[in-house]
Amino acid sequence: MRVYFKLFFLSFSFLSPFLLVSQSFAKGQPSEWQISFQEAASPLMQSLIDLHDFVFWVITVITVFVFFLLAYVCVKFSAKNNKTPSQTTHHSLLEVAWTVIPVLILVVIAIPSFKLLYNQNDFSKIDMTIKATGYTWYWGYEYPDHDNIQFDAIMLQDDELEEGQPRLLSTDNLLVVPVNTNVKMQITSDPAGVIHSWAVPSLGVKMDAIPGRLNETYFNINEPGMYYGQCSELCGPGHGFMPITIKAVSENDFAAWIEEAKVEFADNNDDLIVLK
Amino acid sequence: MSSHAPSFFTRYFFSTNHKDIGVLYIVFAIIAGLIGGIFSLLIRMELAEPGMQILGDDYQQYNVWITSHGLLMIFFMIMPAMVGGFGNYFVPLLIGAPDMAFPRMNNLSFWLLVPSIILLIGSGFVDGGAGPGWTLYAPLSTSGHGGPAVDMVILSMHLAGASSILGAINFITTIFNMRAPGMTMHKMPLFAWSILITAFLLLLSLPVLAGAITMMLTDRNFGTAFFNPEAGGDPVLFQHLFWFFGHPEVYILILPGFGIISHVVSTFSKKPIFGYLGMAYAMAAIGVVGFVVWAHHMYTTGLDVDTRAYFLAATMVIAVPTGIKIFSWIATMWGGSIEFKTPMLFAIAMIFLFTLGGVTGVVLANTGIDVALHDTYYVVAHFHYVMSMGALFSIYAGFYYWFSKMSGIEYNELLGKIHFWLTFIGVNITFFPMHFSGLAGMPRRIPDYPDAFAGWNYVSSIGAYISVFAAFFFLIVIFEAFIKARKAQKNPWGKGATTFEWELSSPPPFHSYDDLPKVK
Repeated sequence: MRVYFKLFFLSFSFLSPFLLVSQSFAKGQPSEWQISFQEAASPLMQSLIDLHDFVFWVITVITVFVFFLLAYVCVKFSAKNNKTPSQTTHHSLLEVAWTVIPVLILVVIAIPSFKLLYNQNDFSKIDMTIKATGYTWYWGYEYPDHDNIQFDAIMLQDDELEEGQPRLLSTDNLLVVPVNTNVKMQITSDPAGVIHSWAVPSLGVKMDAIPGRLNETYFNINEPGMYYGQCSELCGPGHGFMPITIKAVSENDFAAWIEEAKVEFADNNDDLIVLK
Repeated sequence: MSSHAPSFFTRYFFSTNHKDIGVLYIVFAIIAGLIGGIFSLLIRMELAEPGMQILGDDYQQYNVWITSHGLLMIFFMIMPAMVGGFGNYFVPLLIGAPDMAFPRMNNLSFWLLVPSIILLIGSGFVDGGAGPGWTLYAPLSTSGHGGPAVDMVILSMHLAGASSILGAINFITTIFNMRAPGMTMHKMPLFAWSILITAFLLLLSLPVLAGAITMMLTDRNFGTAFFNPEAGGDPVLFQHLFWFFGHPEVYILILPGFGIISHVVSTFSKKPIFGYLGMAYAMAAIGVVGFVVWAHHMYTTGLDVDTRAYFLAATMVIAVPTGIKIFSWIATMWGGSIEFKTPMLFAIAMIFLFTLGGVTGVVLANTGIDVALHDTYYVVAHFHYVMSMGALFSIYAGFYYWFSKMSGIEYNELLGKIHFWLTFIGVNITFFPMHFSGLAGMPRRIPDYPDAFAGWNYVSSIGAYISVFAAFFFLIVIFEAFIKARKAQKNPWGKGATTFEWELSSPPPFHSYDDLPKVK
């Protein structure tokens, strides 16, 4: 019996090192057999990963400790190895210890955790604002600081995909943003619609889009590239099919895009969006 | 069976006997669990590979499956098995009471569940079914679903809630008033403690759910606008109400399991439980704190940042009493003479896997990290580790532990162990990879996923097939026992089993105690 236990629980501790390292994978999107976060593309995501890695080490040590404690007890105090059970039921020092030590561990985790939380919600240095509105089932975007450019981003069907566009993650219009800019996202939902959630894993943002409520979050993308996300609140049959596709470009390219977009999306106005 | 037992129909359909009602609950839970298991099988079949596997473009059906799977497992499998089943059968025996305080109400509690599950399953067949998830978030469950399907789910929850509230009243009254002479609260077995605390959680949280879903019902049908922002309502209000119920609910699901594990660990280590008072009050602390942490389910709804900071801190506090329980179980085993019978295997596995699910809960408690993990498969992995391995393993431990007591026959130890290993391997292969998918960013509740998530999802699906096979293997274990009908002794576990139920015959007589038992 005891051999089984050893084998089994050992195979478990085998699995855990897989999680240990926040390895880097393809940028801006998940990759095959990925076992940890997507590579951070914003400073906030980097600090999120740093905190997670710290907490992860703590919980790994605790889990491994409990595992070896259990394994030791199972071997040492099996009926075969220990014929007469003790009748000890109290040990005050021990009981105080396993109450106080976890409290201390939690305090050590909580302090950096509060710091991250307040950093994520520090809106004091915002360079531009974009508004995202969740519809069933696509996202509409507005650039209030740039002539109120408006457009919708609808998922590309499989037969519309071109080389290099990941399935279920690509949209027809891209959310174009400049790099190294603090972009505030205002996120809401169609007032007559349902709740969605605007999430981009590599940027470390996720914020619910709630009818009748204007939520906000922000990000600052490190380098140009494509960044993908998906709706993260169950919103009906199309929930899995309203991706978020961000194209981050240099500030010059962004200025050029703004000029093109003003022309391209000139016909879009509120009425059209409502009609859709 | 002693003299006064009525005929089969009277005995089980009009039953007022806590043991018979307990058996009904357990049979009910097994059936509901198998139906819920079939839903999980369907879900994993759909998710086995990228692209749509079995549903074509009927995405709504997928949402119906996940909704039904969640509600069935919570309200019709875990709760009936633990509270209605083991609670009914063993609380009166453990505290030396002749029966439950309100036997007829007990009967009503059980029979309310039958129309309730019929409404829930029936809702899947009308108007595309109900697919707002088990959390029933408005407005998806109000303006997002026309037709009567969601109304049927709401009524189903009303019935299940009423059933549980009646049961809770019954347990509280029984435990406070009907303990045998000398059975003080501080001598009461831990399973009775766990049911008492669970009953309080039920009594205080379910009325909030009832209120919330009644508001939803009137929003849907009678023109009110509690959750409709266009008319001044607030969708987030529903989430507050729901999780004020929902968080205590998850402790309702696990606390009786803690009680069962304490009995099993103590019995098979042949030692009294270590730190009995600490164990009882740790459960009470979990129950109390469980009421003030609900908004950690809502970190991404745009709560005020200070509010989030509070819920972060409060949520972490839960880890302390939970840690006390884990370490006290290990301390109970320490110095013992441990026998690895099937119930003990489930108990040991539960202690470890619940720890694993618990520590990922600590990760999720951090608001900052939760931004990346909220509504991803990491959360799915977390709550299946605490539910599917914590709660379900406790139920299996309790089932094997008390099977001979309830049925009067013995299960086959080898088959039991095979069932354990199949389940253990299956659920771990299913749920461990979900941590990876979640960290990589895969959202929950999607019927199709980006191709990069294919690998771990395939592994999960293989695990699910093994788990479902294990669930049906469980039936084989039961059938084998009934076919062979090996007569059980009073106490198959030896001197480690010290509670009252082991002094009664197996199964106990129709009237358990002719004379009230004495506390030693």
